[in-house]
Amino acid sequence: MSAFLDIAIDDKRHGERSVLRALRLGVDQGDIVSLVGASGCGKSTLLSIVAGLDDNYRGALRLDGRALAGPSADVGLVFQAPRLFPWLNVAQNIMFGAAVGQGDPARAAALLEEVGLKGYGAALPKQLSGGQAQRVAIARGLYLEPRVLLLDEPFSAVDAFTRMRLQDLLATVARQRGLSVLLVTHDIDEALYLSDRIVLMDSAPGPVRAEFTVEAPWPRDRARLAASPLKPAILGSLHAAHAF
Amino acid sequence: MERTSLALDVPRHTATVRKRRLPGFPLGLLLPALALLGAELGVRAGLVPANLLPPPSSVFEALSWLFDNGLGTHIGASALRVAAGFAAGALLALALGALVALDRTAARLFDPSFQALRAIPSLAWVPLLLLWFGIDETPKVILIAIGAFFPVYMGVVAGIRGVERSLVEVGLLYRLSPFALARRVLLPAALPSVLTGLRNGLSLAWMFMVAAELIAASRGLGYLLTDGRETGRADIMLAAIVLLALLGKLSDSAMGAVERRRLAWRDSLSESEAR
Repeated sequence: MSAFLDIAIDDKRHGERSVLRALRLGVDQGDIVSLVGASGCGKSTLLSIVAGLDDNYRGALRLDGRALAGPSADVGLVFQAPRLFPWLNVAQNIMFGAAVGQGDPARAAALLEEVGLKGYGAALPKQLSGGQAQRVAIARGLYLEPRVLLLDEPFSAVDAFTRMRLQDLLATVARQRGLSVLLVTHDIDEALYLSDRIVLMDSAPGPVRAEFTVEAPWPRDRARLAASPLKPAILGSLHAAHAF
Repeated sequence: MERTSLALDVPRHTATVRKRRLPGFPLGLLLPALALLGAELGVRAGLVPANLLPPPSSVFEALSWLFDNGLGTHIGASALRVAAGFAAGALLALALGALVALDRTAARLFDPSFQALRAIPSLAWVPLLLLWFGIDETPKVILIAIGAFFPVYMGVVAGIRGVERSLVEVGLLYRLSPFALARRVLLPAALPSVLTGLRNGLSLAWMFMVAAELIAASRGLGYLLTDGRETGRADIMLAAIVLLALLGKLSDSAMGAVERRRLAWRDSLSESEAR
């Protein structure tokens, strides 16, 4: 039986260079899957393909049994940088996915409250901190009620304390909504804390190198996860996958 | 712990450096004031002949005389020409600039020709415009429109082409049509460059207006300059120059105000200074 989000990339090239090849990956409904691997191994390219921003590849994507081609309201994407439109206020940024004049300010306000920014709707992006801007980006990613949320190193540019709070926020909204999440991260502790599965990609294009299942109940204990035997196992595989 | 409590005990108002903005001395007026004073004293002392450089008091008298003798008509004629020429040139530049920036075929078709036309000195057009359109209003407005066109065109093209790809990707992610992408992402993102182009275009429009009026006009500030030269009235020429400076500054300030208002979202040094 195929997964809720079923990814099959036969070949993806940047010019002459093959980036992804014979890659099969599934994400079940409500699961959080982290993609880890060295820079340049194709993690972000894979997210661009699933988000529909890159259609120059051979392969097939299926969501809930149906072919997925191009951008879809069912798939939300949160980029590494917040990428807010500086001329729109926070509420307008969140409602950007709606047609002009069709946005629902009450829904934007509810999402803002959910991400801990109640009352910030009229603020401009320049008035926000990095962490606040990324919260707005998450709210924008959730506005169209996607069934899959893709995140490309979303917390890499914020301080450690803000990162932990944003991780908790993501875990909460994903579990409350039953969202399927595909998260690209370089942070093994982040992957361990958030994920149901951790997928390790090889530096050479090819099938997934290794998969690890994180079986820890929620709420999770960061310290226990960081001390679990999974971490050295993942780090060991990572070193082996990217040895040069 | 002790250090922490000590730090917290410090009254807040003494720990923060207060930035109080004093009403600023209009420093920009210092040089003109000194120049006027120097001219007045220099002429009165006989260091400079008054027929070549009339003292500021004479220029003020000339302005006052002109005010009672049809100055409004001259200012109105010049301002109308600038408004008509600027509007025509800027509108055409906005449309063609957007087309060239958004459509590769249009860029290949139009841009090389526009770049070649841009290199032609403005005054080179004058004889041809006089030949084609005579000496009434049409050649003047066209010359001003040519002057305003290129800065606006360059601003629009550079602005749209310089939009960050990361923002365009967000638009594509939300399945915007090409028209919606242009309206909701490209044009707002290009606005700073477009407004700079409009501001430069307006400033050139005033410059080209003088060139047009110097050649053939029976009213306008350029005409006052020619009239002053022909009658040996340096005071009238200087009065016209002062008026040109004032009107140019006034229209530039108005454009600057529009720019600040429309671009209040920018997180730039100038915006933070304005706060």
